[in-house]
Amino acid sequence: METRIVIAGYKRSPFHFATKGALAKIRPDELAAAAIRALVGESGVDPADIEDVILGNAMPEGEQGMNMGRYAVFLAGLPVATAGTTVNKWCGSSMQAIHNAAGMLSLGAGEAYVAAGVESMTRVPMGGFNPAPNPGLMARWPETYHSMGQTAETVAERYQVTRERQQEFAVASHRKAAQARADGRFADEIVPVETPDKDTVSEDGGIRPDTSVEALDGLKPAFLKDGTVTAGTSSPLTDGASATLICTEDYADRNGLAKLARIRAIATTGLEPEIMGMGPVEATRKALDRAGLNTADIDVFELNEAFASQALACIHELGLDPERVNRDGGAIAIGHPLGASGARITGKAASVLKRDGGRFAVAAMCIGGGQGIATVLEAAG
Amino acid sequence: MDIKKVAVIGSGVMGSGIAAQVANAGVPVVLMDIVPEGAENRNALAEGAIARLLKQDPAPFMHKRNARLIEPANLEDDLEKLGDCDWIVEAVLEDSVVKNTVYNKIILYKKPGAAVTSNTSTIPLVRLLDGMDEDFAANFFITHFFNPPRYMRLLEIVSDARTDPAAVEAVRRFCDVRLGKTVIACNDTPGFIANRIGGYWIQSAINGALDIGLTVEEADAVGGRPMGVPKTGIFGLMDLVGIDLMPQVAASMMASLPPDDPYVRDFREHDLVRRMIETGYTGRKGKGGFYRLNREGGGRVKESISLESGDYAPSRRSELESARAGAKDLRALAEHPDRGGQWAWRVLSNVIGYSAALVPEIADSVADVDAAMRLGYAWKRGPFELADRLGPAYVAGRLRAEGRGVPALLDRVGDGSFYRVEDGSLQVFGADGAYRQVERPEGVLLLEDIKRASEPIARNGSASLWDIGDGVVCFEVHTRMNALDPDVVTLFQKSLKLVEKEYRALVLYNEGANFSVGANLGLALFAANVGVWPMIESMLENGQKAMKAMKYAAFPVVAAPSGMALGGGCELLLHAAAVQAHAETYAGLVEAGVGVLPGWGGCKEMLVRHTRDETRPNGPLPPVARSFEYISTAAVAKSAQEARAMHILREGDGITMNRDRLLYDAKQKALSLLEGYEKPEPVDLNLPGPNGRAALDLAVEGFALQGVALPHDRIVAGEIAAVLTGGATDVTETVSEDRLFALERESFMKLLKTEPTLARIEHMLDTGKPLRN
Repeated sequence: METRIVIAGYKRSPFHFATKGALAKIRPDELAAAAIRALVGESGVDPADIEDVILGNAMPEGEQGMNMGRYAVFLAGLPVATAGTTVNKWCGSSMQAIHNAAGMLSLGAGEAYVAAGVESMTRVPMGGFNPAPNPGLMARWPETYHSMGQTAETVAERYQVTRERQQEFAVASHRKAAQARADGRFADEIVPVETPDKDTVSEDGGIRPDTSVEALDGLKPAFLKDGTVTAGTSSPLTDGASATLICTEDYADRNGLAKLARIRAIATTGLEPEIMGMGPVEATRKALDRAGLNTADIDVFELNEAFASQALACIHELGLDPERVNRDGGAIAIGHPLGASGARITGKAASVLKRDGGRFAVAAMCIGGGQGIATVLEAAG
Repeated sequence: MDIKKVAVIGSGVMGSGIAAQVANAGVPVVLMDIVPEGAENRNALAEGAIARLLKQDPAPFMHKRNARLIEPANLEDDLEKLGDCDWIVEAVLEDSVVKNTVYNKIILYKKPGAAVTSNTSTIPLVRLLDGMDEDFAANFFITHFFNPPRYMRLLEIVSDARTDPAAVEAVRRFCDVRLGKTVIACNDTPGFIANRIGGYWIQSAINGALDIGLTVEEADAVGGRPMGVPKTGIFGLMDLVGIDLMPQVAASMMASLPPDDPYVRDFREHDLVRRMIETGYTGRKGKGGFYRLNREGGGRVKESISLESGDYAPSRRSELESARAGAKDLRALAEHPDRGGQWAWRVLSNVIGYSAALVPEIADSVADVDAAMRLGYAWKRGPFELADRLGPAYVAGRLRAEGRGVPALLDRVGDGSFYRVEDGSLQVFGADGAYRQVERPEGVLLLEDIKRASEPIARNGSASLWDIGDGVVCFEVHTRMNALDPDVVTLFQKSLKLVEKEYRALVLYNEGANFSVGANLGLALFAANVGVWPMIESMLENGQKAMKAMKYAAFPVVAAPSGMALGGGCELLLHAAAVQAHAETYAGLVEAGVGVLPGWGGCKEMLVRHTRDETRPNGPLPPVARSFEYISTAAVAKSAQEARAMHILREGDGITMNRDRLLYDAKQKALSLLEGYEKPEPVDLNLPGPNGRAALDLAVEGFALQGVALPHDRIVAGEIAAVLTGGATDVTETVSEDRLFALERESFMKLLKTEPTLARIEHMLDTGKPLRN
């Protein structure tokens, strides 16, 4: 028989620019622990019931190495009997963590999981400290190692996304995020974090309410000499952590936990690596198909904005109503700490569905190497 | 008194620049200024000054982190911060009332015995001290820095009978040893030494150009290099320092000099200069000056002003024969009959005559006057050295023949010269008519003195070996720009053998402007053009053998660079047992700029150093990636401190702030290494091989897409990556130094055989600039 699985809590740290931002000095394991601690504390789950902490991370080495999921358990003060796992699916890591938890629950392996994610792009660089691509594969199939910026340019070119439209999209992302912050719509999700310098950080650092198309006009292409993608139309390198509580609906009901949304279907997929940004299209279609739904049925869409070019191309290909996409802004404004973004947008989609009403939501994202991942959520009543 | 903390009051160009140099010495400094009216941030001026310092080029800081040693403050809330300062420098407006107000504030807070000095360039000490008590006067004097304080080596100190000699000595020593300045004691006379003579020089040059009818291009062509002045000449110099300063300096000189002073006598107000200032043509900082770049129509045309009409026209190369004739022979210049020769004689005779008349009024020794002009105005020779080039008797005779007075000092030196060498030592003519030995301060050892007094142990056309005492010898390169050629390598190898047998340690040092700009490219290009590849490869291999022999010598080799240490010059530093660098050392492996890679072990040593850097993450790639970044971008450290950050200098290596102290410090460093000296252990490295190479290729690919890396950059970077990742190795294997040498040779030869590399070399030789292809 089918086990119904719900998201019963969502928290995240503030997101800040890597290196120059307020979280640069915080170790990623501490950052993850802060989000998990707040999630567990506020959701009302009995920590002893948590089977496993599944932590997504895209560059699991250095401070992010050594199965950071287990160390997050220790740092968050969870019972020693709670296990810890680290999963890596690059940008999709923490959405994959949610899927893993849901899969375990559907096999009857326990009743509650923490599915979280973290990335300190300050402290472990993109590509890691010791990148060592396979020279043979690189020579035979260079696209498998195309940089993310390069793929954003390829998508912009193939799907004819002009620089102007990318910039309008980026400005809108900042405007929506700024409005959401001003209206207090982030208050529920953000966990204030204390830095080693004893400063408390409680707001995002990357949102620029005053940015404009004119301001973005001045930026040089970031990846291709005569390209269209700039730093202003890309998600920034970011430090941040997010965490969701995934449990059976039965468990939530028994323990009086607030249900944000039910997980209705999931999917992941692969495609040509040089257009990795289009990953959400097939992943979304697959997941919707499994849910027996159409895009028209979806009230709330959270689409990770790795780049404006790919986000716009995906919106176009899926035929989405832009009004339903990223109501509180997206990664271009808020930031994209690789391992943390999946749990952020899934938790966000669930929260918006509950907050704004509606029946279905989708969270979807593109993944380096040419992949997509999507989650269909349903209002849990 | 030991100066451990400094305060600078006044955060303008000079004050902030002085503060930066104090910070460069590693000494904390409080930078204070007034609270601007209605300011929310009461330290706005000092903070703004620090922000400006960080952006300025050439950089006032030797390393950006030195900015942290400057504490911004203001003169209303923070005066108690003066209480623990050992030296307080005042660099506020040139207005004795304003200065006096500052002194009366300082006096309430400064600790007893702390020195207070003014950076005034125009106000006499006696006037600054007007109304101040004896106690203050005992610790107060003038320290006059030149702009920019980091780069100009001259410091004029003016004290008087009331000053406590101990206070002067403490500051003098600090400025000499820690700030790297050559400190010259001056008498309390207007403009002190450098600006007094420099001001008259500029006046003579401008009046002369107008009278004789020289264009600004002609005057600068004759008055620049041929006269031993930087190629900006006089008009170019005025553009650089700001034409609006001219009337200010003139007003101050006119107000303070006696009416019979030649400056006052010859003074003219120039309508042209006034008009230029009024219309914003104040030099490079303004719309232009005597020269300007006309960008109309999108072009960049260099134009010069007509001294007669004030109109601009495209600059024309000087055709004056005198500039050519006088390029190597000052007398030929002064005697040349064309307008350039006439003008040159007028300027030279004025400056020499004026200077001779001012000793001992402005300074005790002609050597001090010469040093001040060399270091304060970047002249190659001071006025008395110029007189010696012309012959003092010639100058006196011609002055006499022209019915102009001959100053007593010039008369007295007669058929002699202002400088002479007696028994191998340098002597200088005194105002009393006697010659005196030129004394070097303790801790100063100059190769020029050793060369006067001794014969080299060994020499050829490119290098020499000198005994500098205590069993230490100095290897001196003396080629053009100190480029390294096969003769340098040959003598170097011979020197290593000699030292092993008969001496204790070796210092690599010379007194040229640059330690070495690297291998002689002209030779490499020639050999490549005629295709004698085996010869080039053997040159390469010989150089590697020399580097290896130096690294594994049984005695310590200390490299003592100043100025540029590029390419092969940098590889010498990398293979030495230790480096004692002048603070103004500009080092880097720049071979990629000419389309090759470091082939004398530079790649290898960068890898070794970065592998040993424990502040970096572990794994095979970080040391490779960092070395790759520096070598593939031809990165150059713009100071010894930056070179340390790049691991060109190591922890135990030393930095000498004062150029004149470098050889002494290097010798001491060599002596300190003697006891129990053990040559280093050979290094085997674990390098990532093709896996790492692929990662570097990916990075280069990204730069190529961005348009930052050009087509040939990719080829060059690819070879650099191949060497640094260890060739076909695997991380499970080790790579020896010899194997890395071989990889360097292989890749170097591959690159040298490409057309774009040869084009880069040729372009560099022709223009001195890298070709981007």
